[in-house]
Amino acid sequence: MSDVRGIGASAERSALATIRRGLSLTPEFRKGLAGTLALAVVATAGKVIVPIAVQQTIDTGLKDSTPDVGYVTRAVLLCAAAVVLTALAGYVMNVRLYKATESSLATLRVRGFRHVHDLSVLTQNTERRGALVSRVTNDVDQISTFMQWGGLMIIVSLGQLLVASVLMLFYSWQLTLLVWACFLPLMIALPRFQRWLSGAYTSVRERTGDMLAAVSESVVGAAVIRAYAAERRTAERVDKAVDANKAAQTRAQTIVGFVFPLTEIVAALAISGIVLLGVRLGLSGDITAGRLVAFLFLVTLFVSPLQTATEVLNEAQNAVAGWRRVLGVLDTPPDVADPGADGVELPRGPISVAFEGVHFAYPGGPPVLREVTAVIPPRSRVAVVGETGSGKTTFAKLLTRLMDPVSGRVTVDGHDLRGVRFSSLRERIVMVPQDGFLFDGTLEDNIRYGRPAATREEIELAMTELGLADWVDGLPAGLATPVGQRGESLSAGERQLVALARAYLADPDLLLLDEATSAVDPATEVRLARALEGVTRGRTAISIAHRLSTAENADEVLVFDGGRLVQRGPHDELVRQEDGVYAALHASWVSAARS
Amino acid sequence: MRQGMRVLGVAIRAEKAVFASAVLSSALYGGMTVGSAWALGWATEHVVLPAFSTGSATAGALWTGVLLIMGAALLKSIGVAGRRILAGLMQYRMQARSRREVTKQYLRLPLAWHHRHPTGQLLSNASSDAEAAWAPLAPLPMAVGVIVMLVTAAVAMVLTDPALALVGFLIFPAIAVLNLVYQRRLSPLATRAQQLRAEVSEIAHESFDGALVVKTLGREELETDRFRRRAEELRDANIAVGRVRGLFDPMLEALPTLGVLAVLGVGAARLASGSIDPGDLVQVAYLFTLLSFPIRALGWVLAELPRSVVGWERVRAVLEASGSMEYGRTAPPATSEPARLETSGVSYSYGTGPEAAAVVHDVSFGVEPGRTVALVGPTGSGKSTLVQLLVRLVDPADGRVLLDGVDLRELPYGAVAESVALVPQQTFLFDDTVRGNITLGLSISDEDVWAALRLAQADGFVARLESGLDTKVGERGATLSGGQRQRLALARAVARRPRLLILDDATSSVDPQVESRILHGLRDTAAASSVVVVAYRLATIALADEVVYLDRGRVVDHGTHDELLARCDGYRNLVTAYEREEAERAALSAEEEEAAARGAAGPGAADREAAERAAVAAAEEEGINA
Ligand SMILES: Nc1ncnc2c1ncn2[C@@H]1O[C@H](COP(=O)(O)OP(=O)(O)OP(=O)(O)O)[C@@H](O)[C@H]1O
Ligand SMILES: Nc1ncnc2c1ncn2[C@@H]1O[C@H](COP(=O)(O)OP(=O)(O)OP(=O)(O)O)[C@@H](O)[C@H]1O
Ligand SMILES: [Mg+2]
Repeated sequence: MSDVRGIGASAERSALATIRRGLSLTPEFRKGLAGTLALAVVATAGKVIVPIAVQQTIDTGLKDSTPDVGYVTRAVLLCAAAVVLTALAGYVMNVRLYKATESSLATLRVRGFRHVHDLSVLTQNTERRGALVSRVTNDVDQISTFMQWGGLMIIVSLGQLLVASVLMLFYSWQLTLLVWACFLPLMIALPRFQRWLSGAYTSVRERTGDMLAAVSESVVGAAVIRAYAAERRTAERVDKAVDANKAAQTRAQTIVGFVFPLTEIVAALAISGIVLLGVRLGLSGDITAGRLVAFLFLVTLFVSPLQTATEVLNEAQNAVAGWRRVLGVLDTPPDVADPGADGVELPRGPISVAFEGVHFAYPGGPPVLREVTAVIPPRSRVAVVGETGSGKTTFAKLLTRLMDPVSGRVTVDGHDLRGVRFSSLRERIVMVPQDGFLFDGTLEDNIRYGRPAATREEIELAMTELGLADWVDGLPAGLATPVGQRGESLSAGERQLVALARAYLADPDLLLLDEATSAVDPATEVRLARALEGVTRGRTAISIAHRLSTAENADEVLVFDGGRLVQRGPHDELVRQEDGVYAALHASWVSAARS
Repeated sequence: MRQGMRVLGVAIRAEKAVFASAVLSSALYGGMTVGSAWALGWATEHVVLPAFSTGSATAGALWTGVLLIMGAALLKSIGVAGRRILAGLMQYRMQARSRREVTKQYLRLPLAWHHRHPTGQLLSNASSDAEAAWAPLAPLPMAVGVIVMLVTAAVAMVLTDPALALVGFLIFPAIAVLNLVYQRRLSPLATRAQQLRAEVSEIAHESFDGALVVKTLGREELETDRFRRRAEELRDANIAVGRVRGLFDPMLEALPTLGVLAVLGVGAARLASGSIDPGDLVQVAYLFTLLSFPIRALGWVLAELPRSVVGWERVRAVLEASGSMEYGRTAPPATSEPARLETSGVSYSYGTGPEAAAVVHDVSFGVEPGRTVALVGPTGSGKSTLVQLLVRLVDPADGRVLLDGVDLRELPYGAVAESVALVPQQTFLFDDTVRGNITLGLSISDEDVWAALRLAQADGFVARLESGLDTKVGERGATLSGGQRQRLALARAVARRPRLLILDDATSSVDPQVESRILHGLRDTAAASSVVVVAYRLATIALADEVVYLDRGRVVDHGTHDELLARCDGYRNLVTAYEREEAERAALSAEEEEAAARGAAGPGAADREAAERAAVAAAEEEGINA
């Protein structure tokens, strides 16, 4: 557990291996790929052959000063037909390719998304939310350009290079050697440029993440920033991040700007060489003027795929980086894994829980829970209390298996939590976390989240049972009131009411409240507590609260101090242990609540 | 289209020099594309062919040819590099500028504006919209260069042979028209795809943000379905875009080749009639081949324009948002004495329409210097909203808030923050160090930071952190417990030695022991400040000299705690809830015992209700006596 590793970028894999693994995850892409490739061959062949045919026409038809107009016309018509055919093949190929890539990328996206949810909270927290989001959005988008254009271009370019080389050889082997000699150094240097570029793009992506985080702070922290007149400081932080991003982009672009024209210069070198060597060869009778001119033309056919290749390099770089980040998610094994079909299915009914010698520490941190052993019998009402930071929330997270203990084990109804199927676990044990996160939607949507199949009547009934019906009726649009993003259009207490109703509707056998009513007014809290008590009779209920009114009514109180379970027993018993932690906590609560 | 040009115009005006240089580079590139064709043609005609026909070549002619070819390539390369780097520079500068301006606007606009705009939208305004707005800048100089190229080519062709030029004049407009049709078809589809992309991203954001809820309720599958539905819509939108692209791209590619063929057809006839020589024909054919690629840059610019217009419109909506906070010039008194606060007839509502219900309604109360006032009221009664009015996070629709007798609206920027510190209900920590979170850029000595931490009872855990004050707290303080975060927020406020301290339920995640220590600490030092505290706990309320009881946004009553307890039912009901609860429980358990004694299974509903009533009555009596 303490070795939670962040979500990697699976950088250890080479570019080619990354692409291969990426493709293996998307079967949609491979389906019908052969057909698409065949069309690509036709389209490419067309692109190569037409210019050659044109050249042939010039050579044969216009060789002498008495051109063969009939021949040229026929050749031109034939070529035009080929061009149309090429375009047609291109069209069909494009459509197939778009369909295949978009389908496969959609699958990849959804798989990545699902996998993020399968990762434990701790793993999720190793990365900023924005970065996590971009792994299933922008990073996937980056792959698409390459798959739709670049990947094919590489194949097409290679084909073109090959065809051009063969033809050039046919015209003159000496000149071909010369051309290759000119371009070879460039090809050898390309991987190095690629590494530069890759570094530059990685830093662009990092800087973009920083920038988005900085901008997001200025929006999410709007209230605090204003209250403390921290606008200037925040603006400076944003400016710095924006400028760093710009600098990284500019740097990457500068590298591209210098690499791209290299082919141009090398091509000019080659052509100059051809002119010089060609004339010499011509003078010694090794080549005719027509062949030399034709060869010059072929060189442009040789150069253009190379130019495309440098361009594609750019895309490929982006795509591989994107792939790495998506695969980084998919290749991170969920450290808190669902045993799935092998797991135990818990039967419905009252739940008992046992902690057996549980230790826990956050990755790289000091121990937070030490040697915690406790039994929570079915149907019991348990209060968990302790000072701030004593490990109560950690206890709750272990009980709901959001994390696994470093050592020791947690059992429900005698089964190790690690062996319980998630579907069963999540249905039977529900926690209401400290901050009531709500989704952007209506009140009803949010409550229904607890049980998607619930009818409106059931929701209304639940609100009545919890004693919240009056509150709902008092809202401008009742259950249809929009709650805003993260529930921001409700007051803090109202958000907690909704979160509680949501969990309640889920109808679990064990309900765990982690300071779920900390912002609710006492009268409402008492009313809620009583309502819950009534309706959860026969279920196990655990609540963590700083308001000790909860503890006073519990069957049992668990007292945490510095990560240890120091006391346990009913309230009456614990208050009598005067030197105990609980007695002190309670005394200060009494003086706080009832002075 | 016209709008698109306007957007481009904005960028061009803003980055005149860079744009001009980028266009010059593109022109150089364009000119040299033609130039290199010409150089090769010249070399063929004047060096290669003569050499073959005469059987000899002069070194001078050879090297002139080589020089021309190399020179043209070199200049062309400079053009290419310049165009790319400068166009990138222009694009990134404009993006950065928009982002800075948009964020500045976010920081400048009042909180009320933020209440009306969803967070996700604001974030995408600064990221993807700013990106989309300036996306056409990358190919723009090239497109301008292409126009230069086309003109140059046209001139070259006319000079070579008017008949061949005619073919060019037919083909190039055809390409332009095809491009236009292409854009018309593409732009609505592309806009839709862009929209869906944003939606997919929003779902992912929200879903990952609520990961804890998703996990604890086991709704991963539901979330995945929600995401999948939108992802599949995006896929279909992208495929629709792909169909159009797939159709037009090959056509656009084929047209110039057809042009070459047309040139040949016509050229053959012209050659036969002896109007041109083979070199000319080769040159024109070559020009066409060269132009077939760059001419598409025009298409790229056009392709990005619709997206750009949408992006720019959204960015501009932020930049032009009005209703910024106006600040006055009345200097606040230079004093460290506690502040006096007064509100008179203050009202506020979140909605903008006339029927929007007021959340704070006609609220008047005052805080004398050095005094502590508790704001008490049920959940959702408007306490947090009122508190936002007190520090001028929002301006009231009606009424006034006075600090030391001066309307908050007349104070200059920063004056309120200098005197008043708010600890909001919702803790917000920056992704920064502990120290950074407390000083927020003010120069506060470490000593004072520690003193503030001590007061907030946070010194203990901060000292135990690995790097103490320099520990990074993570996004929104993710590595701390709820109570720890809250105490840092408290320390942030007290570190400023405010003349008025406002606590909005600022100790809700702190246990009672720590809370009481904090409160006592505050009472000892808060002698130097006035305090407004939103609280439920009696201990906190007991520290207050006066209590203001709010319900549904109205001040129902105010006075001392004892006064309110005696005369205000709602208040009594609220603050004595725990005691009543206990009394009731005692009554209930007594009754249960009785019932058990009677052999009944449990109390009947009617009995229970009666017991409750009795308990409430008992508690109320108790409250009055307290
Ligand atoms: N994600 C995390 N990474 C590292 N340390 C953490 C993390 N979450 C909590 N901690 C640390 O673990 C300890 C226990 O935290 P926990 O949240 O369990 O406390 P708690 O008793 O619930 O406190 P509170 O009453 O304030 O909510 C704290 O010292 C906290 O700083
Ligand atoms: N951004 C918003 N947009 C619309 N309505 C809002 C917004 N914020 C709060 N409200 C509404 O205004 C009312 C008062 O909210 P406020 O947060 O001021 O209450 P509160 O008294 O602080 O409650 P709590 O004790 O729960 O913190 C509530 O009914 C709430 O739904
Ligand atoms: Mg509030």
